[in-house]
Amino acid sequence: MPLLLCRVDDRLIHGQVVIGWGGALRADLVVLADDEIFAHPWEQEIYRMAMPSGMEAEFASGEVAARRLAEWAEGSARVILLTGNIETMAALARARPDLISAINLGGIHHGPGRIERLRYVYLSTDEVNALQSLAREGVVITAQDLPAARPVPLGELAA
Amino acid sequence: MSGPLRGVVVGHATLPAAMVAAVEEITGVTDALVAVSNAGCDRASLEARVREALAGTPAILFVDLPCGSCFVAAMQAVASLEGVRVVTGVNLTMLLDFVFHREATLAEAAARAGEIGAKAIADR
Repeated sequence: MPLLLCRVDDRLIHGQVVIGWGGALRADLVVLADDEIFAHPWEQEIYRMAMPSGMEAEFASGEVAARRLAEWAEGSARVILLTGNIETMAALARARPDLISAINLGGIHHGPGRIERLRYVYLSTDEVNALQSLAREGVVITAQDLPAARPVPLGELAA
Repeated sequence: MSGPLRGVVVGHATLPAAMVAAVEEITGVTDALVAVSNAGCDRASLEARVREALAGTPAILFVDLPCGSCFVAAMQAVASLEGVRVVTGVNLTMLLDFVFHREATLAEAAARAGEIGAKAIADR
């Protein structure tokens, strides 16, 4: 089963992911690729407690996730791949462009150097440049917080 | 015990503020509850909002969903702070009862909130 959604969201596993997207896509596994959470089992336990019935969570570092992408993409689970930042998702997309052809920007909030592009997407110039570079390599990048929302193309965010 | 317990309602969008306003309108008690919304927050800023609202006093975190960012932020506060309990599935009935039973111990108040809140849910 191909990865159903590859999402960048700095809230990590939260309601929009497990209820909004998880329900619409009938996902049953959220894979969180995040070095910090992967290094702290007690934080993983909190996220596991926060999973709704019928949905599980797996945790990986960016490096481990790159090695396991094919396993998730070829398994029977309906998988949402999630990272907390653009850098990690970009690295995964470059590691396996055959498995990650589209990236969803779901929540990137205010931070140093960032300006508001959408209510839920703030990007610095460097981040826009990094995303544009990835797009030139063939990855489709859109911002969309929820399934019913309009996917906003990267070009509109960069303008 | 340093004084009556406080309640911090943590949830999505405008729900926490609306619940606190409703409790205040019904009871006239205005110093028992604080609202924390996750609106516009990333993980770190939501945790900071929760910690600020707790203000170092014994408190129950009333969380809207038993999953998601608000739940995670609340559980992280519990993991690192003394004198905090989490009750999920907050409803108006449990908050109305809580504001009049804030002299209980933290454990008693949390258990009571769960019980009162659950009893309010029924198919009639």
